[in-house]
Amino acid sequence: MIALYTILVVMIIGAVIAIEARDLLSAVIAVGTVGLGLSLAALVAKAPDVAITQLVVEIISVVILIRATIRIGLPRSTHGSTPLLGVVALVFGIAVLVVGARVFSEIPPLGAPHMRVSETYVAEGLEDTGAVNVVSAILLDFRGYDTLGEATVLFAAVMGVLAVARPVGRRKTRTEPNHANK
Amino acid sequence: MIAYMLCLVLFCLGVYGALAKRNVIKIVLGLAIAECAVNLMFVLIAYRVHGSAPILPRVAEGGAPVMVDPLPHALVLTAIVIGLATTALMVALAMRIYQQYGTYDISEIRELKG
Amino acid sequence: MRTNEDNCTEGMSLIVKTITRLSVGLILLYGIYIVLHGHLSPGGGFAGGVIIALSFVHLVLAFGKRQAFGTLSESGTASLESLGAVLFLAIALAGFSGGYFFANVLPHGEPHALLSAGTIPLSNIAICLKVAGGLFAIFIALVLLNPESEQGS
Repeated sequence: MIALYTILVVMIIGAVIAIEARDLLSAVIAVGTVGLGLSLAALVAKAPDVAITQLVVEIISVVILIRATIRIGLPRSTHGSTPLLGVVALVFGIAVLVVGARVFSEIPPLGAPHMRVSETYVAEGLEDTGAVNVVSAILLDFRGYDTLGEATVLFAAVMGVLAVARPVGRRKTRTEPNHANK
Repeated sequence: MIAYMLCLVLFCLGVYGALAKRNVIKIVLGLAIAECAVNLMFVLIAYRVHGSAPILPRVAEGGAPVMVDPLPHALVLTAIVIGLATTALMVALAMRIYQQYGTYDISEIRELKG
Repeated sequence: MRTNEDNCTEGMSLIVKTITRLSVGLILLYGIYIVLHGHLSPGGGFAGGVIIALSFVHLVLAFGKRQAFGTLSESGTASLESLGAVLFLAIALAGFSGGYFFANVLPHGEPHALLSAGTIPLSNIAICLKVAGGLFAIFIALVLLNPESEQGS
Protein backbone atom coordinates (compact mmCIF):
# COMPACT_ATOMS: atom_id res chain seq x y z
CA MET A 1 0.00 0.00 0.00
CA ILE A 2 3.06 2.25 0.34
CA ALA A 3 3.25 2.34 -3.46
CA LEU A 4 -0.31 3.60 -3.73
CA TYR A 5 0.25 6.45 -1.29
CA THR A 6 3.50 7.40 -3.01
CA ILE A 7 1.71 7.54 -6.36
CA LEU A 8 -1.06 9.66 -4.85
CA VAL A 9 1.42 12.16 -3.42
CA VAL A 10 3.24 12.33 -6.76
CA MET A 11 -0.08 13.00 -8.48
CA ILE A 12 -0.89 15.83 -6.08
CA ILE A 13 2.54 17.40 -6.59
CA GLY A 14 2.06 17.11 -10.35
CA ALA A 15 -1.35 18.77 -10.09
CA VAL A 16 0.07 21.67 -8.08
CA ILE A 17 2.83 22.16 -10.66
CA ALA A 18 0.30 21.96 -13.48
CA ILE A 19 -1.89 24.63 -11.95
CA GLU A 20 0.82 27.00 -10.79
CA ALA A 21 3.45 26.71 -13.53
CA ARG A 22 3.97 29.89 -15.56
CA ASP A 23 4.93 28.05 -18.72
CA LEU A 24 1.98 26.40 -20.40
CA LEU A 25 4.08 23.59 -21.87
CA SER A 26 5.37 22.66 -18.40
CA ALA A 27 1.81 22.66 -17.12
CA VAL A 28 0.70 20.28 -19.87
CA ILE A 29 3.58 17.92 -19.16
CA ALA A 30 2.72 17.99 -15.44
CA VAL A 31 -0.85 16.99 -16.31
CA GLY A 32 0.70 14.07 -18.17
CA THR A 33 2.32 13.12 -14.86
CA VAL A 34 -1.10 13.11 -13.19
CA GLY A 35 -2.57 10.83 -15.84
CA LEU A 36 0.43 8.50 -15.72
CA GLY A 37 0.02 8.37 -11.94
CA LEU A 38 -3.59 7.30 -12.41
CA SER A 39 -2.42 4.56 -14.76
CA LEU A 40 0.14 3.31 -12.24
CA ALA A 41 -2.38 3.49 -9.39
CA ALA A 42 -4.83 1.42 -11.43
CA LEU A 43 -2.06 -1.11 -12.01
CA VAL A 44 -1.33 -1.28 -8.27
CA ALA A 45 -5.05 -1.59 -7.49
CA LYS A 46 -5.38 -4.61 -9.83
CA ALA A 47 -7.21 -2.89 -12.67
CA PRO A 48 -5.19 -3.70 -15.81
CA ASP A 49 -7.93 -2.64 -18.24
CA VAL A 50 -8.10 0.83 -16.75
CA ALA A 51 -4.30 1.04 -16.65
CA ILE A 52 -3.85 0.28 -20.36
CA THR A 53 -6.67 2.58 -21.44
CA GLN A 54 -5.58 5.46 -19.22
CA LEU A 55 -1.97 5.17 -20.40
CA VAL A 56 -2.76 5.46 -24.11
CA VAL A 57 -5.51 8.04 -23.55
CA GLU A 58 -3.10 10.21 -21.58
CA ILE A 59 -0.55 10.06 -24.40
CA ILE A 60 -3.04 11.25 -27.02
CA SER A 61 -4.47 13.83 -24.60
CA VAL A 62 -1.01 15.33 -24.03
CA VAL A 63 -0.47 15.42 -27.80
CA ILE A 64 -3.74 17.31 -28.28
CA LEU A 65 -2.99 19.75 -25.44
CA ILE A 66 0.51 20.41 -26.79
CA ARG A 67 -1.09 21.20 -30.16
CA ALA A 68 -3.01 23.99 -28.44
CA THR A 69 0.02 25.16 -26.47
CA ILE A 70 2.96 25.33 -28.84
CA ARG A 71 2.73 28.46 -30.92
CA ILE A 72 5.24 30.95 -32.17
CA GLY A 73 3.63 34.21 -31.14
CA LEU A 74 1.98 32.96 -28.00
CA PRO A 75 2.56 35.11 -24.93
CA ARG A 76 3.89 32.42 -22.65
CA SER A 77 2.45 33.57 -19.39
CA THR A 78 -1.03 34.89 -19.34
CA HIS A 79 -0.59 34.00 -15.73
CA GLY A 80 -2.56 35.08 -12.74
CA SER A 81 -5.89 34.32 -11.24
CA THR A 82 -9.01 36.17 -10.30
CA PRO A 83 -8.77 36.63 -6.51
CA LEU A 84 -12.48 36.54 -5.74
CA LEU A 85 -12.99 33.25 -7.50
CA GLY A 86 -9.85 31.97 -5.81
CA VAL A 87 -11.43 32.63 -2.42
CA VAL A 88 -14.64 30.95 -3.59
CA ALA A 89 -12.64 27.92 -4.68
CA LEU A 90 -10.81 27.79 -1.34
CA VAL A 91 -14.08 27.91 0.62
CA PHE A 92 -15.51 25.26 -1.66
CA GLY A 93 -12.45 23.08 -1.17
CA ILE A 94 -12.55 23.33 2.62
CA ALA A 95 -16.28 22.55 2.65
CA VAL A 96 -15.77 19.54 0.38
CA LEU A 97 -12.94 18.26 2.58
CA VAL A 98 -15.01 18.55 5.75
CA VAL A 99 -18.02 16.86 4.19
CA GLY A 100 -15.78 14.26 2.56
CA ALA A 101 -14.14 13.33 5.86
CA ARG A 102 -17.58 12.61 7.24
CA VAL A 103 -18.75 10.70 4.19
CA PHE A 104 -15.63 8.59 3.91
CA SER A 105 -16.05 7.36 7.46
CA GLU A 106 -19.36 5.82 6.39
CA ILE A 107 -18.44 4.06 3.14
CA PRO A 108 -16.54 0.75 3.25
CA PRO A 109 -12.82 1.19 3.93
CA LEU A 110 -10.10 0.78 1.33
CA GLY A 111 -9.64 -2.87 0.45
CA ALA A 112 -13.03 -4.25 1.48
CA PRO A 113 -15.71 -3.26 -1.04
CA HIS A 114 -19.33 -4.27 -0.95
CA MET A 115 -19.84 -6.40 -4.03
CA ARG A 116 -23.57 -7.09 -4.04
CA VAL A 117 -23.97 -6.68 -7.80
CA SER A 118 -20.50 -7.73 -8.86
CA GLU A 119 -20.68 -11.07 -7.06
CA THR A 120 -23.36 -12.11 -9.50
CA TYR A 121 -21.30 -10.90 -12.42
CA VAL A 122 -18.19 -12.73 -11.26
CA ALA A 123 -20.01 -15.96 -10.42
CA GLU A 124 -22.26 -16.20 -13.47
CA GLY A 125 -20.38 -14.18 -16.05
CA LEU A 126 -18.67 -17.15 -17.65
CA GLU A 127 -21.88 -19.14 -18.16
CA ASP A 128 -23.89 -16.14 -19.31
CA THR A 129 -21.45 -14.59 -21.75
CA GLY A 130 -18.51 -16.95 -22.24
CA ALA A 131 -16.01 -14.12 -21.82
CA VAL A 132 -13.05 -14.72 -19.52
CA ASN A 133 -12.40 -11.02 -18.98
CA VAL A 134 -15.14 -10.00 -16.55
CA VAL A 135 -14.74 -6.29 -17.28
CA SER A 136 -15.31 -6.96 -20.96
CA ALA A 137 -18.35 -9.07 -20.15
CA ILE A 138 -19.85 -6.28 -18.02
CA LEU A 139 -19.00 -3.59 -20.53
CA LEU A 140 -20.41 -5.25 -23.62
CA ASP A 141 -23.03 -7.65 -22.33
CA PHE A 142 -24.44 -6.96 -18.87
CA ARG A 143 -24.26 -3.19 -19.18
CA GLY A 144 -24.40 -2.68 -22.90
CA TYR A 145 -26.61 0.35 -22.47
CA ASP A 146 -23.75 2.17 -20.74
CA THR A 147 -21.50 1.53 -23.70
CA LEU A 148 -24.22 2.62 -26.10
CA GLY A 149 -24.59 5.88 -24.20
CA GLU A 150 -20.82 6.31 -24.22
CA ALA A 151 -20.82 5.79 -27.98
CA THR A 152 -23.48 8.48 -28.32
CA VAL A 153 -21.53 10.96 -26.19
CA LEU A 154 -18.32 10.24 -28.11
CA PHE A 155 -20.15 10.74 -31.40
CA ALA A 156 -21.58 14.05 -30.18
CA ALA A 157 -18.17 15.24 -28.99
CA VAL A 158 -16.47 14.31 -32.27
CA MET A 159 -19.18 16.07 -34.27
CA GLY A 160 -18.78 19.09 -31.97
CA VAL A 161 -15.01 19.21 -32.56
CA LEU A 162 -15.47 18.85 -36.32
CA ALA A 163 -18.10 21.61 -36.34
CA VAL A 164 -16.02 23.97 -34.20
CA ALA A 165 -12.72 23.37 -35.99
CA ARG A 166 -14.04 23.10 -39.53
CA PRO A 167 -12.07 25.29 -41.96
CA VAL A 168 -14.98 25.62 -44.40
CA GLY A 169 -17.28 28.57 -43.79
CA ARG A 170 -14.89 30.22 -41.41
CA ARG A 171 -14.81 33.52 -43.24
CA LYS A 172 -18.52 34.09 -42.94
CA THR A 173 -18.53 33.64 -39.18
CA ARG A 174 -15.32 35.59 -38.72
CA THR A 175 -16.03 38.94 -40.32
CA GLU A 176 -19.38 39.72 -38.78
CA PRO A 177 -18.49 39.69 -35.05
CA ASN A 178 -15.36 41.72 -35.72
CA HIS A 179 -17.36 44.55 -37.20
CA ALA A 180 -19.97 44.23 -34.53
CA ASN A 181 -17.33 44.51 -31.82
CA LYS A 182 -15.86 47.68 -33.19
CA MET B 1 -9.59 6.66 4.32
CA ILE B 2 -6.36 8.61 3.88
CA ALA B 3 -6.23 7.55 0.23
CA TYR B 4 -9.79 8.78 -0.27
CA MET B 5 -8.91 12.11 1.33
CA LEU B 6 -5.87 12.48 -0.94
CA CYS B 7 -8.18 11.82 -3.89
CA LEU B 8 -10.45 14.58 -2.67
CA VAL B 9 -7.48 16.95 -2.32
CA LEU B 10 -6.62 16.22 -5.95
CA PHE B 11 -10.20 16.93 -6.98
CA CYS B 12 -10.18 20.23 -5.07
CA LEU B 13 -6.92 21.22 -6.79
CA GLY B 14 -8.58 20.61 -10.14
CA VAL B 15 -11.63 22.67 -9.17
CA TYR B 16 -9.38 25.48 -7.94
CA GLY B 17 -7.54 25.51 -11.26
CA ALA B 18 -10.79 25.57 -13.19
CA LEU B 19 -12.33 28.34 -11.11
CA ALA B 20 -9.52 30.70 -10.25
CA LYS B 21 -7.22 30.71 -13.26
CA ARG B 22 -7.57 33.21 -16.06
CA ASN B 23 -5.87 31.21 -18.79
CA VAL B 24 -8.25 29.06 -20.83
CA ILE B 25 -5.73 26.25 -21.17
CA LYS B 26 -5.27 26.24 -17.38
CA ILE B 27 -9.03 25.84 -16.99
CA VAL B 28 -8.96 22.84 -19.33
CA LEU B 29 -6.07 21.35 -17.36
CA GLY B 30 -7.94 21.85 -14.10
CA LEU B 31 -10.97 20.01 -15.42
CA ALA B 32 -8.72 17.19 -16.67
CA ILE B 33 -7.16 16.88 -13.20
CA ALA B 34 -10.59 16.78 -11.53
CA GLU B 35 -11.67 14.04 -13.93
CA CYS B 36 -8.51 12.05 -13.14
CA ALA B 37 -9.32 12.35 -9.43
CA VAL B 38 -12.83 11.01 -9.91
CA ASN B 39 -11.56 8.06 -11.95
CA LEU B 40 -8.95 7.32 -9.30
CA MET B 41 -11.66 7.35 -6.64
CA PHE B 42 -13.62 4.71 -8.56
CA VAL B 43 -10.54 2.52 -8.95
CA LEU B 44 -9.71 2.80 -5.24
CA ILE B 45 -13.27 1.94 -4.20
CA ALA B 46 -13.04 -1.22 -6.31
CA TYR B 47 -9.79 -2.35 -4.69
CA ARG B 48 -9.86 -5.48 -2.56
CA VAL B 49 -7.05 -6.78 -0.42
CA HIS B 50 -5.64 -10.08 -1.76
CA GLY B 51 -8.04 -9.96 -4.68
CA SER B 52 -6.90 -10.90 -8.16
CA ALA B 53 -7.33 -8.91 -11.35
CA PRO B 54 -10.82 -9.38 -12.86
CA ILE B 55 -9.83 -12.12 -15.29
CA LEU B 56 -10.99 -15.64 -14.62
CA PRO B 57 -8.22 -18.20 -14.17
CA ARG B 58 -7.84 -21.11 -16.53
CA VAL B 59 -8.07 -23.69 -13.77
CA ALA B 60 -11.11 -22.94 -11.64
CA GLU B 61 -10.85 -23.68 -7.95
CA GLY B 62 -13.91 -24.42 -5.91
CA GLY B 63 -16.35 -21.56 -5.55
CA ALA B 64 -16.23 -18.06 -6.96
CA PRO B 65 -12.70 -16.64 -7.24
CA VAL B 66 -11.72 -13.72 -4.99
CA MET B 67 -11.17 -10.75 -7.25
CA VAL B 68 -11.44 -6.99 -7.15
CA ASP B 69 -14.76 -5.37 -7.97
CA PRO B 70 -15.00 -5.32 -11.79
CA LEU B 71 -18.04 -3.04 -12.06
CA PRO B 72 -16.32 0.33 -11.33
CA HIS B 73 -13.59 -0.64 -13.79
CA ALA B 74 -16.19 -0.90 -16.55
CA LEU B 75 -17.68 2.46 -15.59
CA VAL B 76 -14.27 4.15 -15.46
CA LEU B 77 -13.30 2.68 -18.83
CA THR B 78 -16.12 4.52 -20.57
CA ALA B 79 -15.55 7.67 -18.51
CA ILE B 80 -11.89 7.89 -19.57
CA VAL B 81 -12.68 7.88 -23.28
CA ILE B 82 -15.51 10.39 -22.82
CA GLY B 83 -13.13 12.59 -20.83
CA LEU B 84 -10.64 12.54 -23.68
CA ALA B 85 -13.33 13.53 -26.19
CA THR B 86 -14.59 16.39 -24.01
CA THR B 87 -11.02 17.58 -23.41
CA ALA B 88 -10.51 17.68 -27.16
CA LEU B 89 -13.75 19.65 -27.54
CA MET B 90 -12.58 22.16 -24.94
CA VAL B 91 -9.21 22.47 -26.68
CA ALA B 92 -10.95 23.13 -30.00
CA LEU B 93 -13.08 25.83 -28.40
CA ALA B 94 -10.00 27.38 -26.77
CA MET B 95 -8.19 27.46 -30.10
CA ARG B 96 -11.16 29.16 -31.74
CA ILE B 97 -11.15 31.70 -28.90
CA TYR B 98 -7.48 32.37 -29.60
CA GLN B 99 -8.25 32.71 -33.27
CA GLN B 100 -11.02 35.21 -32.61
CA TYR B 101 -9.42 37.33 -29.90
CA GLY B 102 -5.71 36.66 -30.10
CA THR B 103 -5.39 35.77 -26.44
CA TYR B 104 -6.05 32.99 -23.96
CA ASP B 105 -6.86 35.38 -21.10
CA ILE B 106 -10.56 35.26 -20.27
CA SER B 107 -10.60 38.65 -18.50
CA GLU B 108 -9.32 40.34 -21.66
CA ILE B 109 -11.95 38.50 -23.67
CA ARG B 110 -14.58 39.82 -21.30
CA GLU B 111 -13.34 43.36 -21.87
CA LEU B 112 -13.28 42.94 -25.62
CA LYS B 113 -16.87 41.83 -25.68
CA GLY B 114 -18.30 44.96 -24.13
CA MET C 1 7.98 19.96 -34.20
CA ARG C 2 10.06 21.77 -36.81
CA THR C 3 7.99 22.48 -39.89
CA ASN C 4 9.35 24.29 -42.89
CA GLU C 5 6.54 25.51 -45.04
CA ASP C 6 8.44 26.11 -48.26
CA ASN C 7 10.80 23.18 -48.07
CA CYS C 8 9.54 19.82 -49.30
CA THR C 9 11.30 18.00 -46.44
CA GLU C 10 8.30 18.35 -44.17
CA GLY C 11 8.10 16.63 -40.84
CA MET C 12 10.89 15.51 -38.59
CA SER C 13 14.42 14.41 -39.44
CA LEU C 14 15.47 11.36 -41.44
CA ILE C 15 16.25 9.31 -38.34
CA VAL C 16 12.74 9.79 -36.97
CA LYS C 17 11.20 8.94 -40.33
CA THR C 18 13.19 5.73 -40.69
CA ILE C 19 12.36 4.55 -37.19
CA THR C 20 8.71 5.47 -37.73
CA ARG C 21 8.55 3.29 -40.85
CA LEU C 22 9.64 0.35 -38.71
CA SER C 23 7.59 1.04 -35.60
CA VAL C 24 4.25 2.21 -36.95
CA GLY C 25 3.29 -1.23 -38.24
CA LEU C 26 4.16 -2.82 -34.94
CA ILE C 27 2.02 -0.32 -33.04
CA LEU C 28 -0.91 -0.95 -35.39
CA LEU C 29 -0.47 -4.71 -35.00
CA TYR C 30 -0.39 -4.37 -31.20
CA GLY C 31 -3.62 -2.40 -31.28
CA ILE C 32 -5.30 -5.08 -33.38
CA TYR C 33 -4.05 -7.75 -30.95
CA ILE C 34 -5.48 -5.83 -28.00
CA VAL C 35 -8.84 -5.54 -29.74
CA LEU C 36 -9.11 -9.15 -30.83
CA HIS C 37 -8.12 -10.51 -27.41
CA GLY C 38 -10.39 -8.10 -25.57
CA HIS C 39 -12.53 -10.87 -24.10
CA LEU C 40 -9.53 -12.94 -22.97
CA SER C 41 -6.98 -10.48 -21.61
CA PRO C 42 -6.90 -6.86 -20.40
CA GLY C 43 -7.69 -4.36 -23.09
CA GLY C 44 -10.65 -4.34 -25.36
CA GLY C 45 -12.18 -2.01 -27.87
CA PHE C 46 -11.41 1.23 -26.06
CA ALA C 47 -7.71 0.70 -25.45
CA GLY C 48 -7.14 -0.96 -28.81
CA GLY C 49 -8.96 1.80 -30.66
CA VAL C 50 -6.87 4.47 -28.98
CA ILE C 51 -3.66 2.54 -29.81
CA ILE C 52 -4.69 2.28 -33.47
CA ALA C 53 -5.46 6.00 -33.54
CA LEU C 54 -2.07 6.64 -31.92
CA SER C 55 -0.28 4.76 -34.70
CA PHE C 56 -1.79 7.12 -37.27
CA VAL C 57 -1.02 10.12 -35.05
CA HIS C 58 2.57 8.86 -34.93
CA LEU C 59 2.61 8.82 -38.74
CA VAL C 60 1.29 12.37 -38.97
CA LEU C 61 3.75 13.68 -36.39
CA ALA C 62 6.75 12.12 -38.09
CA PHE C 63 5.97 12.76 -41.75
CA GLY C 64 4.11 16.06 -41.60
CA LYS C 65 0.49 16.54 -42.36
CA ARG C 66 0.64 16.96 -46.13
CA GLN C 67 2.31 13.66 -46.80
CA ALA C 68 0.31 11.64 -44.30
CA PHE C 69 -3.13 12.90 -45.28
CA GLY C 70 -2.80 11.46 -48.76
CA THR C 71 -4.31 8.16 -47.69
CA LEU C 72 -6.56 9.23 -44.82
CA SER C 73 -8.87 12.21 -44.96
CA GLU C 74 -10.99 13.83 -42.30
CA SER C 75 -14.30 12.80 -43.83
CA GLY C 76 -13.01 9.26 -44.28
CA THR C 77 -12.20 8.86 -40.59
CA ALA C 78 -15.46 10.51 -39.57
CA SER C 79 -17.41 8.05 -41.72
CA LEU C 80 -15.34 5.22 -40.18
CA GLU C 81 -16.55 6.41 -36.78
CA SER C 82 -20.14 6.46 -37.95
CA LEU C 83 -19.67 2.96 -39.35
CA GLY C 84 -18.51 1.79 -35.94
CA ALA C 85 -21.55 3.33 -34.24
CA VAL C 86 -23.95 1.76 -36.74
CA LEU C 87 -22.22 -1.61 -36.41
CA PHE C 88 -22.49 -1.52 -32.62
CA LEU C 89 -26.16 -0.59 -32.83
CA ALA C 90 -26.74 -3.38 -35.36
CA ILE C 91 -25.15 -5.92 -32.98
CA ALA C 92 -27.40 -4.62 -30.21
CA LEU C 93 -30.47 -4.83 -32.44
CA ALA C 94 -29.54 -8.36 -33.49
CA GLY C 95 -30.23 -9.29 -29.89
CA PHE C 96 -33.92 -9.00 -30.62
CA SER C 97 -33.71 -12.29 -32.48
CA GLY C 98 -32.75 -13.83 -29.15
CA GLY C 99 -35.43 -12.03 -27.18
CA TYR C 100 -34.22 -8.63 -26.02
CA PHE C 101 -31.92 -5.70 -26.73
CA PHE C 102 -28.22 -6.57 -26.31
CA ALA C 103 -28.93 -10.30 -26.04
CA ASN C 104 -25.88 -12.46 -26.68
CA VAL C 105 -27.34 -14.50 -29.51
CA LEU C 106 -24.25 -16.19 -30.94
CA PRO C 107 -23.00 -19.46 -29.41
CA HIS C 108 -20.62 -18.94 -26.51
CA GLY C 109 -18.07 -21.53 -27.48
CA GLU C 110 -15.21 -22.83 -25.40
CA PRO C 111 -13.85 -20.48 -22.69
CA HIS C 112 -10.28 -19.22 -23.20
CA ALA C 113 -10.57 -19.75 -26.96
CA LEU C 114 -10.20 -16.88 -29.40
CA LEU C 115 -13.57 -17.56 -31.03
CA SER C 116 -15.78 -17.51 -27.98
CA ALA C 117 -18.07 -15.24 -26.00
CA GLY C 118 -20.68 -14.75 -28.69
CA THR C 119 -21.13 -11.16 -29.80
CA ILE C 120 -18.49 -9.65 -27.49
CA PRO C 121 -15.56 -9.79 -29.99
CA LEU C 122 -17.78 -8.26 -32.69
CA SER C 123 -18.79 -5.48 -30.30
CA ASN C 124 -15.12 -4.95 -29.48
CA ILE C 125 -14.33 -4.49 -33.17
CA ALA C 126 -17.22 -2.02 -33.57
CA ILE C 127 -16.10 -0.01 -30.52
CA CYS C 128 -12.52 -0.06 -31.83
CA LEU C 129 -13.61 1.37 -35.20
CA LYS C 130 -15.63 4.02 -33.42
CA VAL C 131 -12.92 5.14 -31.00
CA ALA C 132 -10.09 5.02 -33.54
CA GLY C 133 -12.05 6.91 -36.17
CA GLY C 134 -13.36 9.48 -33.74
CA LEU C 135 -10.03 10.25 -32.09
CA PHE C 136 -8.15 10.47 -35.36
CA ALA C 137 -10.84 12.75 -36.80
CA ILE C 138 -10.43 14.99 -33.73
CA PHE C 139 -6.66 15.00 -34.20
CA ILE C 140 -6.91 15.89 -37.90
CA ALA C 141 -9.39 18.67 -37.18
CA LEU C 142 -7.13 20.17 -34.53
CA VAL C 143 -4.07 19.91 -36.77
CA LEU C 144 -5.83 21.65 -39.66
CA LEU C 145 -7.12 24.42 -37.38
CA ASN C 146 -4.40 27.04 -37.65
CA PRO C 147 -4.97 29.84 -35.16
CA GLU C 148 -2.16 32.14 -36.28
CA SER C 149 -2.86 32.84 -39.91
CA GLU C 150 -6.58 33.39 -39.57
CA GLN C 151 -6.42 35.57 -36.51
CA GLY C 152 -9.02 38.31 -36.39
CA SER C 153 -7.39 41.74 -36.50
